[in-house]
Amino acid sequence: MASTSGRTGGIFAIGYVGVILLFLYVPILVMMLMAFNASPLYQLPFDFDLVWFKALAGNDQLLTAARNSVLIAIANTVIATTLGTLTALAFARYHFFGKSLLQILLIPPITIPWLITGTAMLIFFFWTGIGRGLHAILLGHVALSLPYVVIIVGSRLKSYGVALEEAAATLGANGWQTFWRVSAPLMAPGIVAAALFAFAISFDQFVISYFLAPVGVSTLPVEIYSAIRKGFTPEINAISTIIILASMAMMLAFARFSKFGGER
Amino acid sequence: MSVVGITKVAKRYGRVTALEDVSMTIADGEFFGLLGPSGGGKTTLLRSIAGFIDPDDGEISIDGKPVKNIPINKRDIGMMFQNYALFPHMTVTDNIGFGLSVRHRPKAEIEARVTELLRLVRLEGFGERKPRQLSGGQQQRIALARALATNPRVLLLDEPLGALDKKLREEMQFELKQIQRNVGITTVFVTHDQEEALTLSDRIAIMSEGKVLQIGAPRDIYERPRTRFAAGFLGTANFFEGTVSGREGGLTRILLAGGTAIFTRDEAPEGRSVTIAVRPEKFTVGGATPAPASDAQVNRIAGRIAGEVFAGNSVTYRIDAAGRIVTVYMQNRMTERLGPDAPVTLTWDPAHSIVLED
Repeated sequence: MASTSGRTGGIFAIGYVGVILLFLYVPILVMMLMAFNASPLYQLPFDFDLVWFKALAGNDQLLTAARNSVLIAIANTVIATTLGTLTALAFARYHFFGKSLLQILLIPPITIPWLITGTAMLIFFFWTGIGRGLHAILLGHVALSLPYVVIIVGSRLKSYGVALEEAAATLGANGWQTFWRVSAPLMAPGIVAAALFAFAISFDQFVISYFLAPVGVSTLPVEIYSAIRKGFTPEINAISTIIILASMAMMLAFARFSKFGGER
Repeated sequence: MSVVGITKVAKRYGRVTALEDVSMTIADGEFFGLLGPSGGGKTTLLRSIAGFIDPDDGEISIDGKPVKNIPINKRDIGMMFQNYALFPHMTVTDNIGFGLSVRHRPKAEIEARVTELLRLVRLEGFGERKPRQLSGGQQQRIALARALATNPRVLLLDEPLGALDKKLREEMQFELKQIQRNVGITTVFVTHDQEEALTLSDRIAIMSEGKVLQIGAPRDIYERPRTRFAAGFLGTANFFEGTVSGREGGLTRILLAGGTAIFTRDEAPEGRSVTIAVRPEKFTVGGATPAPASDAQVNRIAGRIAGEVFAGNSVTYRIDAAGRIVTVYMQNRMTERLGPDAPVTLTWDPAHSIVLED
């Protein structure tokens, strides 16, 4: 009895996971396939062709937007990860006036809808003279991703406590040696995860970018959105395919790294 | 090796006094135990020696030189942490070699020293493992090896055996003492476990509420506790309160509240109220009608068995005598069992009646 119910349970679980994967991946797979289909109207039979990739190569507007997106995402990752890691370290290892207030203030930006944050930023940037543009978009993205970095790195720091750093000090290590030999390697999985998060938040970001992009400047999500409104072209499938493959490669690299660098 | 001097050290956290006027000298090569309940100040003192805590008053010195302005990493100490704090991302070899490596010692020297230490703690061949692949006892020995690697002047141990189970703890007590002897390093360790303190220490300081109550060899403190707290924390003690009512035959007579008189070798001025401590194993339990008082130099009080706890090799009796419950330990070699309510006589040598200071 037990084994039969175990088996049905197993089949059910596999089916359940299968359905989830189906819903997640089928649309993406269809889109990727259509990037290689010659028909602009998704007509079958499937006729393999790289025509949309060629068209993409000539579409300066889409390519510029993609380049903007990548540059902003990279800049955001570097800035937000650095600032966030240092903030998390300060929170975890030092006592200073106003610390708990700062820690509490870190949470609301995560829960405030991006639409509202975006509007507020637009008003504030206009009012202070920061204006709109790639610099404003970057500023917005950093502000959005910072809390995530602090929380992810902070939880990592909390998980191993101060004892290891104290041990390093008693063994004769100075602050620099302690950081590079003990703290940094232990923080690394947290930092990498936080960096991936920061990259994804920026690269996916539509609302804030849309609000802060002046006429003639756009990021990939904004450009795709306006392209769809004008009339969809399979070039978007092509660029999406490239992005999906790139991000999958990145995730695989992370999975490998975290297995090497992580412990427990 | 080295001498650690602690002179009038004090530390306060707001209104809480963590250390108050603490003074002691830890001799070269000595295994020195700080014993007390949690919150007694022993960990604060240990962390002050290490340099994690800066005392508000007083002076800590190593080999006569004050260490106040020496940062932790220059103090030349070895410390073993309560949960070992082994670096999880490094191998055992890298853990042990860490102290030499940050001092930029040559590779060959580090390698030789690590091999030597692995032999000392009997874990040869474990060098390439990660700490998580070791058992608790093995981790403990690696932590000890790491703390010893740089030949520090002083070894500090924070509850060294606290994280091990009972059987392993007994084994490691012996081993820890052996290693400390062989290396000959001045060692200060913190414990709340009286048995650990008794078996490991050359000398013990009993601490409570930030103050040192008594310092001495385990046997001296056990046999001659100065305060009620020391008597009760290190071992078990029975307390008798009474008033000094004169001296006879080289003994001081104490009159207890119920009118019973007991004797002690200690001297005390007549008329003073005193507390007497007697260890539970110092009593002899006899039948209701004791042998005629051939020897006047013996304390003798009558009582009744109120309870018994049988522990195999020994028996703990609770005896109702002189208006209180007296705890008595006896070896299990009586021929007949003392039943409940049986009338008995407790006798003990006046030398085992200790007059306390409080």
